Amino acid sequence: MVFSGSGGQGVITAAIILAEAAVLYDGLNAIQSQSYGAEARGGATRSDIIISDTTIHYPKVIQPNVLVCLTQAAYNKFYSIIRPGGLLISDSRYVQTEKKVDAQQKEIALYETVLEKIGKPIVFNICMLGAVSAIVEVVSPESIMKALENRIPADFLDMNRKALDIGIELGEATVR
Amino acid sequence: MSENIKFVQGNEACAEAALYAGLNFYAGYPITPSSEITEFLASRLPQIGAKFMQMEDEISSLCAIIGASLTGCKVMTATSGPGFSLMQEALGYAIMAEIPCVIVNVQRGGPSTGLPTHGSQGDVNQARWGTHGDHAIIALTASNHQDIFALTVEAFNLAEIYRTPVILLLDEVVAHMRERLVVPQPGEMPLVERLKTSVKEGVDYHPYLPREDGRLPMSDFGEVHRYNVTGLFHDMWGFPSSEPRAVHGLLRHLVDKIENRVNQLARYKEYYIEDAKHLLVSYGSSARSARHIVEKRRSRGERLGLLELQTLWPFPDEIVREKCAAAQSVIVVEQNMGQVLQSVKLAVDKPDKVFLANRIDGVFIMPADILKILRLIQGKGV
Repeated sequence: MVFSGSGGQGVITAAIILAEAAVLYDGLNAIQSQSYGAEARGGATRSDIIISDTTIHYPKVIQPNVLVCLTQAAYNKFYSIIRPGGLLISDSRYVQTEKKVDAQQKEIALYETVLEKIGKPIVFNICMLGAVSAIVEVVSPESIMKALENRIPADFLDMNRKALDIGIELGEATVR
Repeated sequence: MSENIKFVQGNEACAEAALYAGLNFYAGYPITPSSEITEFLASRLPQIGAKFMQMEDEISSLCAIIGASLTGCKVMTATSGPGFSLMQEALGYAIMAEIPCVIVNVQRGGPSTGLPTHGSQGDVNQARWGTHGDHAIIALTASNHQDIFALTVEAFNLAEIYRTPVILLLDEVVAHMRERLVVPQPGEMPLVERLKTSVKEGVDYHPYLPREDGRLPMSDFGEVHRYNVTGLFHDMWGFPSSEPRAVHGLLRHLVDKIENRVNQLARYKEYYIEDAKHLLVSYGSSARSARHIVEKRRSRGERLGLLELQTLWPFPDEIVREKCAAAQSVIVVEQNMGQVLQSVKLAVDKPDKVFLANRIDGVFIMPADILKILRLIQGKGV
């Protein structure tokens, strides 16, 4: 899987939480890595996640089965690497998709729903994670929630749980 | 959960291992891609009553840990290529004065400030010859977090046994990626503690008089014995000497204590070597791509093998020669312009059969890059 977006949106954090949940709570192997420029914000950020029940040697993703794009810049940069027939999830507010991509494209109103129901864009990434986990079903939402508890200050847990649930609902709606 | 499982970056695996090994003084100057080591230890060391110091630059970082080591601490610093360049003067001092210390260099693209956020393995020869003058050095590397942990502990142990700086050459790819780490229980891995002199207070202590086994017991600086420490050639009291026998004897001692134990110091892993027609030789993150290819091709019946080096210096010539002997071709996989390639060519009987699969553009070497070279060797074209 590849999660992509703009620096500061939390795509790397989301990737870490997903991979950590797989390793610590679902007994799987996972590797998470990221590539970024020298800047702290902006730019097209990318995080790779490999989840497997066997040992993982090569740690990067060349052709993702699942590609998530949260900005237009990330979509333009990365849509071509997706494995033919793979799953491309993008945010409907930020990304204008192209017809020519050989993938199953799902445009989901992640940002708008988060803003409407929670009012704070900070949990945009967790909402995305909820949608991914509902569609892909590799790591259980319970495990993701446990990993969140490790990494998120207690005061923010409720908001994150809510964002995860919203994401799961949005994700489930696309596979029904 | 009885096992202590973590999902961490390679840098954190290294820092955890340093704590396990008994690190109690760290000085450093943060630099990408090694900063997480400094960050992690800045929070953890004070919690266990140990010292963390952020210094003004890299040479002062190494100087600070040299001083702390002399007082009896287990010490480490971490940096990347640009900082490692600045440390070279103090590195020579630590070699000459025989100060146990661990220096982590998380490699990034160079020369100069180069590529801060991209991986490379371009500092292999710098680790060997970055500081001036004849000398020997121990440099270790690893390709996954469990091995980073083990070799960091090993680095501390070897530093104590041989009274020498030990360099841990990691790289951006393994340092920044996250994977599973099982932290060993206390006591599970052997730790070497400081060999202290049995000479009592008031009795002459010779800081540079080796025991029969070549080891030099230390006395915590500032405690009961007064002695001299210098970067000049010195006698057994530690005072400067240009007496030819003393100079010759000390230089031989500094080099021989390491170079005479090449096989003892060699750490490596091997996969499917016995019947390998084509043998990959690799280390650090590159070894992950090499292993990927070997496992894939083996499942299709192709006779590929992998020798993963973990000790880069002193270079394990004999072992490399022996392991490469039966292979039709040897492909060194690394992310530089052929630094270990040169050592392998020198070690093997037929240097003509040694090829290089590399990448020097900041992109992590892909299995396809190795396959390309393999196909060329097999005469299959690109």
